[in-house]
Order: sequence, then C-alpha cells, then structure tokens
Amino acid sequence: MEERKPAKILLREIADAAYQRAWDAKNAGEKVGWCASNFPVEIPAALDIPVVYPENQAAAIAAKGGGQRMCEHAEGLGYSNDLCAYARINMAFADLKTCEELDMPQPDFVLCCNNICNCMIKWYEALAKTLNIPMILVDIPYNTEYEVSEDRIRYIRKQFDEAIQKLCEITGKTFDPKKLEESMKVSNRTSRAWLKATDYCKYIPSPLNGYDLFNHMAVAVCARASVEAAEAFEQLAEEYAQSVKDGTSTYRGEQKYRIMFEGIACWPHLRHTYTALKDRGMNVVATVYADAFGFIFENMDEMMAAYTNVPNCMNIERAADMRIKIAKRTSIDGAVIHVNRSCKLWSGIMPEIERRLRTEVGVPTVTFDGDQADPRNFTPAQYDTRIQGFYEVMEENKKGGGR
Amino acid sequence: MSEIKSILSQLDCVAKNPRRQLDMIIDGGKNVVGCLPVYCPEELVYAAGMIPFGIWGADGKELSKAKLYFPAFICSVLQSALELGLEGAFDRMKAVMIPVLCDSLKCMGQNFKAGVPQVEFLPVIHPQNRKTEAGQEFLRSQYMKLRKRLGEIGTPISDEKLAEAINIYNNHRRVMREFSETAAKHPELISASERSAVIKSGFFMDKAEHTKLVERLNLLCGAEPVVPWDGKRVIVTGILADSSSLLSIFEKNGIAVVGDDVAAESRQFRTDVPVTKDPIEGLARQFADMEGCSVLFDPEKKRGDMIVKLAKERKADGVIVLLTKFCDPEEFDYPFLKRAFDAAGIPSILIEVDRQMVNYSQAETAVEAFREML
Ligand code: SF4
Ligand code: SF4
Repeated sequence: MEERKPAKILLREIADAAYQRAWDAKNAGEKVGWCASNFPVEIPAALDIPVVYPENQAAAIAAKGGGQRMCEHAEGLGYSNDLCAYARINMAFADLKTCEELDMPQPDFVLCCNNICNCMIKWYEALAKTLNIPMILVDIPYNTEYEVSEDRIRYIRKQFDEAIQKLCEITGKTFDPKKLEESMKVSNRTSRAWLKATDYCKYIPSPLNGYDLFNHMAVAVCARASVEAAEAFEQLAEEYAQSVKDGTSTYRGEQKYRIMFEGIACWPHLRHTYTALKDRGMNVVATVYADAFGFIFENMDEMMAAYTNVPNCMNIERAADMRIKIAKRTSIDGAVIHVNRSCKLWSGIMPEIERRLRTEVGVPTVTFDGDQADPRNFTPAQYDTRIQGFYEVMEENKKGGGR
Repeated sequence: MSEIKSILSQLDCVAKNPRRQLDMIIDGGKNVVGCLPVYCPEELVYAAGMIPFGIWGADGKELSKAKLYFPAFICSVLQSALELGLEGAFDRMKAVMIPVLCDSLKCMGQNFKAGVPQVEFLPVIHPQNRKTEAGQEFLRSQYMKLRKRLGEIGTPISDEKLAEAINIYNNHRRVMREFSETAAKHPELISASERSAVIKSGFFMDKAEHTKLVERLNLLCGAEPVVPWDGKRVIVTGILADSSSLLSIFEKNGIAVVGDDVAAESRQFRTDVPVTKDPIEGLARQFADMEGCSVLFDPEKKRGDMIVKLAKERKADGVIVLLTKFCDPEEFDYPFLKRAFDAAGIPSILIEVDRQMVNYSQAETAVEAFREML
C-alpha cells in the first residue's frame, strides 16, 4: 500500500490552506470575507469567495496563549469582559490588524448567521460599523419548536437568495446554481464522512482520543464544502476502522471510563483539562459536535432545516434528546459539563439539560466553570477537585456493579 | 396642583405593587397574559379581551430557585423574573409570552417551560432581517399563529377588534411621548422617580385606563407655568431605569431625567403601529420601523446618533448610560454610544446596574462626580 499522510495531518493542512488561500486572494486584490462558523458555507463556496472564520482564529489564539492579551485589548476599547471571549479577541484583532499567534487577512465584508447566538449579530454589527464594510445576515431564529416549521424554511430560503445576490454585488462574481448544487453535494459528503468517523467513538475501547475531535471539528464546520475535507474525513474513518480491527487507539493508556464532554473546549487550558481526565483513565467518547455538525440534506428545504437544527438553535427537548441519544449510543459512564462563561446560550439551559441527562441516562455528571478563550475564567483547583469527585463516583458505580 | 400629586401617587402605587394590581385585574373578571422583554405584540392579547402584563423582573429579589436553571452570568432581569415564576407569582396568568430577541431570552423561554409548566409558555419569534419582505412575511406568519392561540385562550380576534386594540395602543404611545416631553418641561413637578413610576405603571394596567390618567396629568402639568430649573438635565439610556435607590440619588443631586432611550420606557412607545387594511400587516410593519434598539439588527448602529439628537432637542446637559450587567446587546452597543457622545461633545457616564444591587455607594459617588462635571 502506498504511503499516505495520516488524516490528522491532512486535516491540519486543510485548515492552514484555508488561511493561505485567503491571504493569496487578498494579495491578488480579491475581496475576502469574515464568516460566522455556522453561516451556510455552501454560499461562499458556490461563488468561490474566500472567507476566514474569526471563531476559529480566536480559538487558535486562545490555545496558543494569546487569549488574555487580546481580551484585555478589547476591554480597553470599551467591550465588557462579560462578552463572549471569541468576540472580544476578534474585536481586538480588528483593531490591531495583526496577531502573533495567528494572522488572517482583514475583511471586505462580513457574513453573519445567528443560528448559534444573537451575540453574533451584535459582534458582526460592531465589525461592520468599525471597519465600515457591508454585513450580510442570514437570520435563523431560535427554534422553540421541535421540528422546523414551513414559515421558517421559507424565510431562511429567501434570505439565501438575498445573501447570494448581495455577495455577487459586493464581489462582482456571478452566481451559477450548478455550483451551489455541487457545493451542497460536497458538503453532504463531508458531513457523512464526519459522522461516520465520529461514530467510531461507540466502540469499546474507542479507537480515538475524543479530544482530537476538538481539533478536527473546525474543518468539519468551516471547510465542509471542499473535496479535500471530504476525502480527509473518509480517510479518518478508514483509519479508525483499522484501529478497531487492530485493537489500537489514539488514546494512550487504558480507557477506564467513557465520558461525555459537554460544551466547547477550554482552549487556554486545553492541556490541563485534558490531563486531569487522562490521569484518571477517562476518555471522551461523546461530544455534541459529533452529531451536531453533520449537516445532511437532500434538497434546499432540508438544507434550511439543517441550519436550524444546530446546537444553540434547538429547543430544550431536542437539545436534551440529542445528548441522550449520543450518550446511550456511546455507552458513557458520566458527563463533564463545561459551564462556559463566554456562551450564555449554551450555558443558560445546561442545568436543566444536566438533570435530564442524569435521569434519562442514569449517569453521574459534574460541572466546572470555565471559558473557551479567556483564561481568567477558569480555576485549575476547582476543576481538579470536581474531576476527582466525579471520578470517585464513577469508581463507586463500577464497584457497585455498574458498567 | 393637588390633582397632579394625586395622579402621581396613584400611578406610583401601581408601579410599586404589581402583584396586587394583577390580583385586582383578575378578580375584576379579566384574564391576564404576561409579557417579557423586550417587545411582545400586546395588541393581540388586548384584542383577545385580555390584559397584557409586563414582566421585567423585580429589584432585590433573592435568587434561590432560579439558580437551579440559570448560571450566575445571566442578567438579573431574567433571573428575578424566573424566580418569580418558580415561586408561583404568575400562576394566575393564562399564559406568558417570551420573545427570543437576545440569547438569554432564548434560554428564559426554555427554562420557563421546564420550571413553570403550570403557566402556558407562548414564544414570540421575531425576524432580525425585519425590513425585508421575507422578514415581514415571516413575522406576519408568526403573529398569525399567536393570534390564533390567543384567540383560543381569550376570545377570537377579529380584524375589527385588532384594529381597535392597535388604536388604543397607538393612543397610549402618543400620550406617553407627550408625557416624556411634559416631564422634560416640568422637572419641578415630576421627579425622576415619579417619571419612572408613571411609565412603569403602564405595564400593569389596562392601557386605556392608563392613557386616561396620563393624558390628564399631561394636561394639568401643561397648564402650569414653565419655571427655571436650577438642577441638571440628563438623558438616560439602557434596559431599565426604575431602581428607586438610583433615582433618589438623581434627585438628591438635582438631576432631572428629560428624556430616555430605555428599553422599558421610550423604546416601548416611540414607534406607532401603522394603520393598514390588514391589521397584522401593520403590527409587523411596526417591528420593521423601530430603530436604535440594542436587540434589533442594525449594522449602521444608529442608536448613538439618535440619543445625541434627543439630548440636543431636550437641551440635556449629559447622558447617563445605565448598563444592565450581563446584557450582551447593551454591552456591545456601549463603545459606539460612547464614541457618539464624545464626538458630539456630550458628557456621559456609565453606571452598571443590576436588580440584585444593594450597595449604591459607588453609583452615588459616580453620579456626584458627574454632576460636578456638568
Ligand atoms: S461561544 Fe457562544 S456566544 Fe460566543 S460566538 Fe459561540 S455561540 Fe456565540
Ligand atoms: S436584552 Fe439584556 S436585559 Fe434584556 S433580557 Fe436580554 S440580556 Fe437581559
């Protein structure tokens, strides 16, 4: 068999290449956009418009230790330290125009979608006003119902057309419906491969270290509409299949406990949060990202529904069901819940979700206070104590004849 | 003169006793539907023969049950509103309407549904692309769903009844705008606390009755001579400006509120519902016509300039920004407000407020210093 690069390298290259491509376009005088992570990527992809993702950059900056510096800069500009740290980091970057941890080109327009939060709207408004550039908003209202109603689908569908038209005006490109179909097809293929790969978590032991998913996720969300991404995830799934056969895993050591990690990673303290779990033989086998970012659709209307059925857009019943389903499928022993100071929407329904997880899955849960990007909102000591207590409960359960 | 005082004290009493007011309305034979911030189509409730009742939380409410649902970093408006709900304060209401205009409100609706199942939860879904035909069509569709459900809870809503409700509400809005001007002209007659109480009481009364009282108040004050005011004149902006401690600090410092851009005050009545053949169309149109509110999409961010314009019209000496702690929409707007005020040479201060706040000494010092500066 011909030597090939491991999928994880390919995925990193895809992420890096997206930044490079945006730089190249910018240097060639093309217009480049900043794009919300859950904005329908099929649109810029169909128009062949380069975009970069501030949330992605902010996560990388935070992981490399620049979170506090950037957050403080934004606070100096008048942005409250209660605001989402991704937003603060990005507002700081828009002001400084450069960042040693990770640079990206400045935008000529911004693409916003509020299916993950309305914070997004305020953040992108601030960008548009500060940088004096156009803003396109695809408004996906929070879904209080379980299914996606007709009128929502109609509303979102029309906004797609409007967004495409506005983007054409801004960039001077022309829209070819065939290319949209093509990008929808590729995006589906990527999502299927992502779902397939993440589904390997259900094996005991799991062939993957669940923390890997935090890194791969970015590609699943942002680069979905590229063939390279689809191929890399297909390869990742193959690698996991092979690991299952060989009885190997990217998780080093014995997997004593299978846990769900609820919420966004604590990027500034990734190592710390990971090590405390790893030292106690806990592997993450469940995250909502696994299922949540599998955007599968057969046609336009289903695509609109798929963009509504994302984690922060669903009602509490659907949000709980999704987690319960994942928890059962992956046979978790417990759940660690990140109460993320940055994300009001995610954290604001967590106590109720936690109760439902406990009663319907019957596993112990533990919460800790943290933040996806502002290191000041996390206390290692609290985390360690909570994880230790949680570990002891799981030990007891095991002794008592649990899993 | 004494009639002015008597109306003011009557409205103050209503503003301070929402619970008693609620019981009175219900015991009087009317059904009530609760309305959370920031915008609910109250006209639909009214047209269904029921009384819309504002729910904006309560000052000094100790939080215990709400902590089982919300983490600490959710605004105190919703924390205290949820606490009230969990305590059973809304049990006599037929339903509670909760919009999704900010992230915390999205959670509020879900937590309300989970924690207060005995009271029907009616989500109010507004579009953010509210000026386009797509957004308008969606809003009409959402309002039609609400119209149907409210018609079942109360009495069916005909076009005529809805048009009538809109008329009553527009009338109320006009009278409240006149009141805001009246209060600006007569700070010696209407203190900052009284101004707040007049506006706040409107959340807990039949709008037709409230209109009558405020209209009379406007008339009586209008007949009084305009006398020079030796205190300072300010505009307030934020979500709420009803804290009695804070308002009495204003008064102590001779500060009059001569205008506002407060979500619970002028933002509620500055935009009329256009009168259209299909009243639902008018209701939806109004949502598109609103400007300068932190929870409504506006890439131009007109709010700062709107406040500057108001400050000039009302000859204000400065602006006080009352920032509700943990309110994303307001926190995101603040840097732009500050820039607009600075550019216009209008002095401003930022005071962080919170419904759980007990210690106002910091705020007091800030207000005193600000007053000195003006
Ligand atoms: S972390 Fe939460 S608040 Fe911040 S951008 Fe993401 S979804 Fe929005
Ligand atoms: S707009 Fe602000 S104050 Fe109002 S509910 Fe939302 S977060 Fe709370």
